[in-house]
Amino acid sequence: MTRIMGYADRISVQPGETVAVMASCIGAPRYRAEIVRLLNPNAGMGASDYKEVRIDTPANASYPGREQKMHAGSFGVVPAKRALEGLRSFTLQAYVWPTTPKKGQQALMGLWSEAGTGFGLFVGTGGAAEVRIGGFRLSSGVPMLERRWYLVAASFDAESGRVRLWQEPIYDKTFHAERPVAVDGKAKASLPDAGAPLIFAGWRKGEAEAPTAWGRLLVSGHFNGRIDRPRLARKALDRAAIQALASGRLPSGLEEEILGFWDFARGISSERISDLSPNRLDGEVANMPTRAMTGHNWTGAEMDWTKDPGQYGAIHFHDDDIYDCRWQTDFSFTVPADSRSGFYAAKLVADEATFYVPFFVRPKKGTARSKIAFLASTATYTVYANNRARFLSMRTELYQGRISMMDAVDILQLEFPEMGVSTYDRHSDGSGVGFGSRLRPVTNWKPHGRLWNYCCDLFIIDWLEHVGLGYDVITDDDLHAEGQDLLRPYKVVITGSHPEYWSLEMLDALDGYQRQGGRHMYMGGNGFYWRIAYHPSKPGLIEVRRSEDGVRAWDARVGEYYHQFTGEYGGLWRRQGRAPQVATGVGFISQGFDACSYYRRTEASLDPRVAFMFEGVADEILGNFGVLQGGAAGLEIDCVDPALGTPPHALVVARSENHSNTYILVAEEVNVPHGAMDAVQNPAIHADLTFFETPNGGAVFSTGSIAYAGSLPVNGFDNNIARLTTNVLRRFVDERPFAMPT
Amino acid sequence: MFKIDPSRLDVVREFKARPFGEHSPELQYVLNYMRSRPVTQFEVLVMTDPGKRWVLAYMPTGGVDVPKMTNQTFDRLEDAEWHVFKLRWKDITGKDLPID
Repeated sequence: MTRIMGYADRISVQPGETVAVMASCIGAPRYRAEIVRLLNPNAGMGASDYKEVRIDTPANASYPGREQKMHAGSFGVVPAKRALEGLRSFTLQAYVWPTTPKKGQQALMGLWSEAGTGFGLFVGTGGAAEVRIGGFRLSSGVPMLERRWYLVAASFDAESGRVRLWQEPIYDKTFHAERPVAVDGKAKASLPDAGAPLIFAGWRKGEAEAPTAWGRLLVSGHFNGRIDRPRLARKALDRAAIQALASGRLPSGLEEEILGFWDFARGISSERISDLSPNRLDGEVANMPTRAMTGHNWTGAEMDWTKDPGQYGAIHFHDDDIYDCRWQTDFSFTVPADSRSGFYAAKLVADEATFYVPFFVRPKKGTARSKIAFLASTATYTVYANNRARFLSMRTELYQGRISMMDAVDILQLEFPEMGVSTYDRHSDGSGVGFGSRLRPVTNWKPHGRLWNYCCDLFIIDWLEHVGLGYDVITDDDLHAEGQDLLRPYKVVITGSHPEYWSLEMLDALDGYQRQGGRHMYMGGNGFYWRIAYHPSKPGLIEVRRSEDGVRAWDARVGEYYHQFTGEYGGLWRRQGRAPQVATGVGFISQGFDACSYYRRTEASLDPRVAFMFEGVADEILGNFGVLQGGAAGLEIDCVDPALGTPPHALVVARSENHSNTYILVAEEVNVPHGAMDAVQNPAIHADLTFFETPNGGAVFSTGSIAYAGSLPVNGFDNNIARLTTNVLRRFVDERPFAMPT
Repeated sequence: MFKIDPSRLDVVREFKARPFGEHSPELQYVLNYMRSRPVTQFEVLVMTDPGKRWVLAYMPTGGVDVPKMTNQTFDRLEDAEWHVFKLRWKDITGKDLPID
């Protein structure tokens, strides 16, 4: 069976710039690539017939098919240095917190290679700490427990051949019957391979022909769990010296013995790992393990790693971490100067297999070709990239209210789990995934499949094409980087069906735009919800810490609510004084995925302030139709809440009703759980179609529903939702200022 | 704890008539029970023609593997829900539903 997949080096491209496409093609000697502009989703009944525009470019061609590998699994690495050469005697030690001690052999640290040379500390097959010297193995014989801190140390004296291994549980206020273990053995020295790096959380497998996460290094035996205060000495140390080394400060009197004294609490926001020893055996981490994690000495008294990094000296490694596949480029596309802004993709076709590699063409920086901008939710797309959890459990049906669905591209993720998962998933060890990356094949950015996010936003693009007023497409990534300057040229900014994830920079830019006369059409539901942090230098990498509460796929561990990249507090914007209601009038109230409903007009819809909205719209019921489960109101819905920031002058012009049992109050609305939390019983659950004016002639229109976009194309855009929305767009693009009510 | 009463065919008819949307409390209990019981594999739909055609497949519980495809296809999601409902009803009650 043929498989094709790929990704682009950039998400947002300006005319004249070049985007590179990396592809992996398995089972076919060649594949065909075409650059296309996407105009709508392939959504079946009720939606517009699917269409994409082929862009005339030399990039459209047949290319040789080749497999490019993905190497998942994070690790730390110290490049080969002279200080590491010729080591025969040694002491290795670290605090470790294994999360899957029984998964099989895992390397903690060392200079051991799969060829059987060198030495290292391990978690053995049964979960016990183990030391290896060449082919020799010595196990503690006592399996370590999951998510419990241990001091693990091994010393070896090459002259006597004496090996000693310690495995000592660390007091953590829980009750366990474990006791410290020390075992002895005899071994012969085994020199590490010349030029071999020292590796944390993996062992050296060899060299690859193509780039991997670090140079061409192939790593195997990935450790799941945390490592804190790893140390290396050039002699066999006794227990007292090991204890001295295990402290946070470089001990006096062991200068001759110490080779590496790594402090993972330094440079937490970076990929650098620092050695405090005189050898300065600094290194780096690869494939983005998670930092700003509580260490062996975390007391619970400090919750903010920036205030006391010393308690956050642990790095959590996962065998399924992946940031950048580092594939070689197959071809490039230079965006012609006269290109329209829009949703673009490199469409890769090999035999029966098709894969879309999306990117966005924006106007040249500082310019605009329209008064209307659609802000593509690239932050949210990235956070959702490779969402796999939704079809790994039948329990998904409990909140979806329907059988889970996937397509052939989704299945790639199951065939190639090394492409990594999303922040909606858990790692293989059960810990939450905190990073989203786009530098790998992404299976859920496509114009077909489950109608969600990227795909749903194409309904809005379809409508904009139909209205014909023109539009530019800009992205969250642009907004984060450029701030309000990006929005300033536009009279109207349209946000998408589900713009859920916002950085501080993005939110501040939107706030400034809205305060200076900008008009905002929020065309979705559950927007402006989670705070995120973009990596300051690595492209396409976003962090989310799911702290406190909210509707969330996993919960951050206590003490780990602050982002690693920025030190900013993570979680819901609502918990940080900037609830979605402030910017849009509405905020998340409920979700359900079995059926969508409609809005009923309110008395407020007769207010002259919104007369423009209802020109030609006489119906009381709005949106009782739609591609997305039959209605305009649903999936994830928002309502007004003055206590959370809805402006007093906001008008709710229509309110949804008749939602099903699967629509339950969101967690942050429930202090005391009770039996009336579903929409059949709870009147608080509804979507509010909302309008309000903003200073300097601006205004905001919010739909408060993800499903809204799916009603636009019904009946060839001849329906009350499309008419009302077009009325809003035409008025919002009009220069006449809106007046704040007095 | 709630258990499915195999004699409650009124609930079955309610689901067949409206698999999506508001359900009676009794039907919602039945669906919640079906969807949360321990199973070694569970049903999913693989979309083969966007918005038009779906194939019944099975996923393993607790693992990462490709779905096992069946020959059962559907042109309407409602039909897929009804088909799976009948399978689950039999699996739980041991009885075929006397309703097509």
